[in-house]
Amino acid sequence: MKKLLLAALLIALIVVAGGLWLIRTNTLAPDATASLDGDADAGALIFAAGGCASCHGTEGGSEEERLVLAGGHAIDSDFGTFYTPNISPSEAGIGAWSLEEFANAMVRGVSPEGQHYYPAFPYVAYSRMELQDVADLWAYMQTLPESDTASRPHDLPFPFNMRRGLGLWKLRYMPDGWVMTGEDSPERGRYLVEAVAHCGECHTPRDELGGLITVDWLGGAPNPSGEGSIPNITPGALDWSAEDIAYYLESGFTPDFDTAGGSMVDVIHGTSQLPADDRQAIADYVKAVPAVE
Amino acid sequence: MLITRLASLTLAGAVALSPLTATAQDGEAAIEAREGAMNVLGLSLGTIGGMAKGDVEYDADAATAAAENLAAIASLNLGPLFPEGTSSDDVEDSRALPAVWTEWDEFQSQWDDLGAAADGLVDVAADGQEGLGAALGPIGQACGSCHRQFRQSN
Repeated sequence: MKKLLLAALLIALIVVAGGLWLIRTNTLAPDATASLDGDADAGALIFAAGGCASCHGTEGGSEEERLVLAGGHAIDSDFGTFYTPNISPSEAGIGAWSLEEFANAMVRGVSPEGQHYYPAFPYVAYSRMELQDVADLWAYMQTLPESDTASRPHDLPFPFNMRRGLGLWKLRYMPDGWVMTGEDSPERGRYLVEAVAHCGECHTPRDELGGLITVDWLGGAPNPSGEGSIPNITPGALDWSAEDIAYYLESGFTPDFDTAGGSMVDVIHGTSQLPADDRQAIADYVKAVPAVE
Repeated sequence: MLITRLASLTLAGAVALSPLTATAQDGEAAIEAREGAMNVLGLSLGTIGGMAKGDVEYDADAATAAAENLAAIASLNLGPLFPEGTSSDDVEDSRALPAVWTEWDEFQSQWDDLGAAADGLVDVAADGQEGLGAALGPIGQACGSCHRQFRQSN
């Protein structure tokens, strides 16, 4: 009897240990970023494509204020309200971080303290980024103004305030590759759309646990920030030419010379700064993704 | 019973004849008028944008006419076009967010930005196709930043 009990206890321990191992924070190899040398000018373009200032810059601010990455934007979700953190190069932000820590935050969703980030921070997309681009972005962000505004804690009810549980979420939803595979997938456009610009975060619907439903990739979704919806931008709904799309990303004008509204205005603020080839690459990719009807 | 019915009939009659209804109709007219103004902006931008993109052959007269129309619309007074009671909360087919009225000065200042950008376009419209794209940039920004803040998303 005692033996049986001991065996059960042992099994329980193994299950718990196995479980803890499964939901551990999975960081990069220690030397993954050691040889990288970031280029701030290249990083400025990554910063623009990623639209970092949309969520972390001063809301409704001037061009200069947008580059003060004090955070504080509220992101409403079914799980509670997230507040974007200060990511300026100050003590209150990420000034004390190393490149390795920044890279783990970006591509693994793990904080320097070894905690999981909530996927409101789009590391699911960034996990597909090249580490050189992460290093360039890091170099650029060092050049931005400092803000000493303290990051506001998220406002999440139990059980969503348990960060450890995010390990399970990551097991289920962290991607191990591209959404659009196959030879006809335009590589540069795919990199920009699926990784850096994280278009799918808003344009793809989510399941009840907040994971992206990738079979409906870019097929449109309810607007997380309130009324209306984010449009389907696959060929199933969007009949613009690639040139129309590229021009929209440059100027904000639709083919009818209406303009973007909502958070897409911030996105276009970023894409208008990219080389024309990159806007064309995004457009070519959007034209090539499978149609969602 | 009869009295209640009479009272409600009288009330209905009073509502139908009251100035409140007249205001609602004026509101509808204002919404149509401002949408018409936006359509003129779109039409003018279509002409110039088509030339800027190279889809349509450049024509100095047509470009100037379109730019001047754009600037004329952008110089309209906003007040009569956006009377109180015509926000997206008040009227089903309105997309003007309540912020238009709560942050009127900001709304006005964004409209002034469009005016300045439109004047810039008028200045270069007759000078050739090359300058059109650059002059459209500030107009796109003015449209976008105002729509971001004051227009309801689809």
